[in-house]
Amino acid sequence: MKIREIASLLGADVLCGEQMLDDEVQSACGSDMMSDVLAFVKDQGVLVTGLVNPQVIRTAMMMDMRCVVFVRSKRPTPEMVDLAQEHNIAVLASTSRMYEACGKLYAGGLGNGVCR
Amino acid sequence: MAETLKFHYDVDGDNFTSAGAASVEVKRKLRQLGLDAETIRRVSIAMYEGEINMVVHARGGSADVYVDKDGITIILADRGPGIPDIDLAMQEGYSTAPDNIRALGFGAGMGLPNMKRYTDEMKIDTVLGQGTTVTMKVFIHPANV
Repeated sequence: MKIREIASLLGADVLCGEQMLDDEVQSACGSDMMSDVLAFVKDQGVLVTGLVNPQVIRTAMMMDMRCVVFVRSKRPTPEMVDLAQEHNIAVLASTSRMYEACGKLYAGGLGNGVCR
Repeated sequence: MAETLKFHYDVDGDNFTSAGAASVEVKRKLRQLGLDAETIRRVSIAMYEGEINMVVHARGGSADVYVDKDGITIILADRGPGIPDIDLAMQEGYSTAPDNIRALGFGAGMGLPNMKRYTDEMKIDTVLGQGTTVTMKVFIHPANV
């Protein structure tokens, strides 16, 4: 699925990474616990979260993720967006709740990939 | 690489916002060295968890990273309270992190287990009241070079 389609499915605003909208991602995970993302995620390009602090972006960087989607109308700080931009991570923001956002993406064909 | 490369970082214990900065820097350097993506990811995650641990539990410390032809060695040293029961600390889900850290998305009790999961060797030296040193090694798989 292209990052552009994720934004469309979730009615999300693109806060940075416009140049990546046509990039393909294969899978996603949804979590507010970064420790669990670091533990159980493998080869997932998208992080869906309602947690807002710079460690969300750093976790995505460590996992080589391409896109972070903030749900529940959460808005990252400008510093977080800058950090993401610097490291080539697209940032989207949606009013969807976590369950709804994950459901829409899964139904749209974005799976959960291979978990350890 | 013919000789061992050394990188040293001070980890600021008073600033959770900047925690992980050393891991980001190491990841960048390993990329510049042309190491394979999976090795870089394993080192990055293990060091990042360790860095977070030092900030959460030990008011910071130091991180030393050595890279040679065989692999990457990460030594994280702090002067924190030490770990009373290492077996318990290694259990997935066991955590002594305070609520304010859980609210930031950490403290799920996965830090040390993750560090072990992503590294080939891990050793913990700890003295109560004096500090903890975690030494981790990730081998560069010949097939990955």
